[in-house]
Amino acid sequence: MTTLDSSKEIQKNNSQVNETHEDFRMFGLITFLIADGMTFAGFFAAYLTYKAVNPLPDGAIYELELPIPTLNTILLLVSSATFHKAGKALLKDKNSDSQKWLFFTAFLGIIFLICQLFEYFHLPFGLTDNLFASTFYALTGFHGLHVTLGTLMILIIAWQSRINGGRLTSQNMFPLEAVELYWHFVDGIWVVLFIILYLL
Amino acid sequence: MTISIDPQKTNNESLQPKGWFRYFSFSLDHKVIGIQYLVCGFLFYLIGGTLASAIRIELASPMSDFMPRDVYNQVLTLHGTIMIFLWIVPVVNGAFGNYLIPFYVGARDMAFPRLNAVAFWLIPPSGLMLVASYFVEGAAQAGWTAYPPLSITTPQSGQIIWIMSVILLGGSSIFGGINFIATIIKLRRPGLKLMQLPMYCWAMLGTSLLVVLSTPVLAGTLILLSFDIIANTGFFNPVLGGNVVVYQHLFWFYSHPAVYIMVLPAFGLVSEILPVHARKPLFGYTTMVFSIMGIVVLGLVVWAHHMFTSGTPPWMRLFFTIATAFIAVPTGIKFFNWVATLWGGKISINSAMLFSCGFIINFVFGGITGVALAQVPFDIHVHDTYFVVAHFHYIVYGGTVFIIFSSIYHWFPKVTGKMLNEKLGILHFIITFIGFNLCFAPQHWLGLNGMPRRVAEYDPQFQFVNQISSLGALLMAISTIPFLINVFLSVRNGKNAGDNPWNALTPEWLTSSPPPVENWEGEAPLVEEPYGYGKKISKQK
Ligand code: HEM
Ligand SMILES: [Cu+2]
Repeated sequence: MTTLDSSKEIQKNNSQVNETHEDFRMFGLITFLIADGMTFAGFFAAYLTYKAVNPLPDGAIYELELPIPTLNTILLLVSSATFHKAGKALLKDKNSDSQKWLFFTAFLGIIFLICQLFEYFHLPFGLTDNLFASTFYALTGFHGLHVTLGTLMILIIAWQSRINGGRLTSQNMFPLEAVELYWHFVDGIWVVLFIILYLL
Repeated sequence: MTISIDPQKTNNESLQPKGWFRYFSFSLDHKVIGIQYLVCGFLFYLIGGTLASAIRIELASPMSDFMPRDVYNQVLTLHGTIMIFLWIVPVVNGAFGNYLIPFYVGARDMAFPRLNAVAFWLIPPSGLMLVASYFVEGAAQAGWTAYPPLSITTPQSGQIIWIMSVILLGGSSIFGGINFIATIIKLRRPGLKLMQLPMYCWAMLGTSLLVVLSTPVLAGTLILLSFDIIANTGFFNPVLGGNVVVYQHLFWFYSHPAVYIMVLPAFGLVSEILPVHARKPLFGYTTMVFSIMGIVVLGLVVWAHHMFTSGTPPWMRLFFTIATAFIAVPTGIKFFNWVATLWGGKISINSAMLFSCGFIINFVFGGITGVALAQVPFDIHVHDTYFVVAHFHYIVYGGTVFIIFSSIYHWFPKVTGKMLNEKLGILHFIITFIGFNLCFAPQHWLGLNGMPRRVAEYDPQFQFVNQISSLGALLMAISTIPFLINVFLSVRNGKNAGDNPWNALTPEWLTSSPPPVENWEGEAPLVEEPYGYGKKISKQK
């Protein structure tokens, strides 16, 4: 069916095709997260290369205390679970439960950031001390930026899921699903970061 | 979950400005955005071209007498950055992609129209910011590659503005890439199979994958570089224990794919243009698709061929030489497919066809020098000489820019409803082709004889050949004049084109010229054989 004259005919034949299709906003978000993940991949690659080929000056500290980051790992993993709860609750039209879980998730995110800052202030090295220090702050800082953004977005959707007149309902799950995916992504990056930066 | 696209909602006609003003508005219409990309890109091309003329005037004599050395460095950096990030990438992806892809997939717009408009409107401010940095405290001087330590030691403000502007342009390009992937994969009209898509869709799918995978790495790298410049960290500063080679790896991890981001869409466009004007189906559709995807995969693992003189260890040289040589295979397949498409066709010698044939000739030349450059012993001799400059101009100008012009001649009737003047078009082609080859062919010789690139002064023995090259550049500058006259005359009183002046089969021609806001009056046509030239039509006659 490729003759020029038949194009009108083609149009007629297909006029019953309706214009519905699946929601591809999630697809777009996943593509974006892949891109975002590549930024982290670049940072990790740089960090690992430095570690392999660039000796640090004598006396440089590159062993890190583990308690705070371990606590932070737990915080983020728990927050992923509570976020999931929020989604489940919204699906069952329990908006106020959902809102509670969301606030709790945001709270965990804020605790994470506070712990991170606490760690920054108690580290024995500064941003420009040596290559390890710089890469450490760049990686954790860039990740912390993601957590900050994520927490803000959680607060926004928590506001939107308020019971009367909220935009977030079981019919309109997309904002919650999108932020949830983003949040899981940020958690996943943290786990990788924790392993590479603190444990390796 | 399904949502229904209400045309009124995504593209509210009554809210969209009409007439010329819509090109200056935050329009969500993919066709308007496509033209915005094209015109904006062309304006930057004129700026970049002016800078190129300044470079060639300077190089007409061995001394730096036309401008001071640091100004030369700024001009060179601005030229490269503008041409790559504000002309080639936005036009060959953003302009043609936005205009054509929704037609090709049978959609009324891109998947995310608002994101699309945002992606475009990031470009003019970042471009202007880049140009303005010249007038503040001088533009960046470290070339489009911004290698440290050079980029750390040259004046800061210009370099920082350069970084901000390139990051914004990279963001624009990532948003565009996400949009193209979603549009091609998710927004296809029901019944249209992937293997029925016009080739430009495949090229844009491949390109967008490269954009999404590699551009973020550049952004991250430039953030680290800006820390080195402002905050005194030492990521890439050897004085502070940093490592410049890591920058090069990260930079080329983006910038080799970037050369494919500049040329793959052109591969797609030429594959649309040749069958129409040769009245033959595109030869080897399936092999074409696989070679595009092959180029995407291989293109991600050849970056260190730019770093053979950066102390790369032998195993790395070996790996990257071999991987680069492999890229020549899919590239060669495409070249032979185009030649076979032309072979025995009923070829119309018009401007679109001439520019496409010019592309094939120039591109094969640039490809051959590319394979030569991938050989370590040869590359060590000519790295950072004019040979490299000649190589990539053969591909970026002789290839991609030729295709941009070819595409303008091909799609102008669709966009405006008017034909371009063929006589002026052929004149444009002749001057461009001669000027281009006169400008860049001698640079191979210059490079082989050891003239370094990026330096304002050179050994007087090279003067004569440089003057030939500058003469070619003059012709290239002149060639823009018939083109601009042609466009202005034709927009106002060109011959009426009708809906399908080329009797083409791809979907954009099956609607009126210029197309209505939602692309088709009724349903989008289902085009199962976009290249079925000479098949059914000949039977009918
Ligand atoms: C056909 C396959 C190709 C091969 C094997 C190839 C190979 C190479 C090699 C080895 C170099 C490094 C030369 C040196 O710096 O010493 C190089 C440089 C370059 N190539 Fe290609 N190339 C190919 C295609 C392309 C394409 C398609 C483009 C662009 C659309 C391109 C653009 C460039 C640019 C811009 C540079 C110079 C970068 C710089 O240092 O500023 N090449 N090429
Ligand atoms: Cu390359």
